[in-house]
Amino acid sequence: MNQLNNFTKGIIKENPVLVLVLGTCPTLATSTSVINALGMGAAATIVLLCSNMVISALRKVIPDKVRIPCYIVLIAGFVTMVQMLVKAYLPALDQSLGIYLPLIVVNCIILGRAEMFANKNGVLSSAIDALGMGVGFTLALCLMATIREVFGSGTFCGMELPVLIDNHISILTMAPGGFLVFGLLIAAMNKFAKHKPKKKDFGCAGCPQAASCTKASCDEVTEEAADND
Amino acid sequence: MTNLIIILLSAVFINNYVLSRFLGICPFLGVSKKLNSATGMSLAVIFVMLIATAVTWPIQTYLLVPNKLEYLQTIVFILVIAALVQLVEIVLKRYVPSLHKSLGVYLPLITTNCAVLGVTILNIDEGYTFIEAMVNSLGSGLGFFLAMVMFSGVRSTMEGSDIPKSFRGLPATLIAASITSLSFMGFSGIIENLFA
Repeated sequence: MNQLNNFTKGIIKENPVLVLVLGTCPTLATSTSVINALGMGAAATIVLLCSNMVISALRKVIPDKVRIPCYIVLIAGFVTMVQMLVKAYLPALDQSLGIYLPLIVVNCIILGRAEMFANKNGVLSSAIDALGMGVGFTLALCLMATIREVFGSGTFCGMELPVLIDNHISILTMAPGGFLVFGLLIAAMNKFAKHKPKKKDFGCAGCPQAASCTKASCDEVTEEAADND
Repeated sequence: MTNLIIILLSAVFINNYVLSRFLGICPFLGVSKKLNSATGMSLAVIFVMLIATAVTWPIQTYLLVPNKLEYLQTIVFILVIAALVQLVEIVLKRYVPSLHKSLGVYLPLITTNCAVLGVTILNIDEGYTFIEAMVNSLGSGLGFFLAMVMFSGVRSTMEGSDIPKSFRGLPATLIAASITSLSFMGFSGIIENLFA
């Protein structure tokens, strides 16, 4: 039951993109088409799964003081592996993801989960947590990509849709559309989510930048949560 | 020379890191609430971007490529950036305490800033020479600065406005970012034509 909870919390209650608002850069950049979103989600999930498991297994070996550099090296290693695999077997995806593939290294979700979960829990729980978070990330990306692709270019996974193909709103696939759709989705999440967990409880504590963070963005989310209560 | 000006201007306006490439969104949303923290953060980013490029470009060209180790690019670059940020912090603290006081808090945040890693990788991908790479980094940093300062202005005017409940906070900020980035789209195509 507990393990099931570890898995499902990443999908809705603590969705990394829509609730925790981590990993915004790849979310905005790769959600222009559903295929890209799926590719990005899968790549990030694989890296997250591997890094969470290894970090959890090594949590008693890694000295506390140098843990962040250690995590970064481990994550960068897995990213390099995924990058080479994608280059070899899916060159088209490599082309469309471009710079965002190596940038998985600095994706806050991965470092955040290492810091928040993997260094406190066992290998199995960490693996399940990583899968939940990865699926949550992929689903959120696909949701955004579906909205942007269907209305922005009138296609879905490359298939042309009747009516919409002649009346597409191209701005949605461009940069401003990314911000707009993301903003609207979070607003919808605020409106319909019954219980919105306070970011303070888990967001900042596990954030790798907590020590130096001005807490500007966290305060906002907390204020919001207070408003909703 | 024209070439360098084109690289500089397009990095600032057309391929703006924040508003059209979506790099460095976290500090853009997180630290842009007040003008002075936005300025401090962007100055630190410009500084680190320039140093990171000055170090990673030679590493890639003279160390990784001749030894056929290009696949280590990601891992080497992130380590170099992390080490550099630490080093810069220590040096500033020791020798220029006044600068450390104003930029110090932002430096650790920069290690995991995708804009810095992004600019070093893009410089290699685009095949820039050393000078071009440095100019591109400067332009990218300035573009980040411009976006941060502009956006902190936008946010301060938003502060007093009456926003529907579910849009308060992050959603309203994102929609404001969308409008700001819309204004930057007006620049596309201008720069090349200036020198044509």
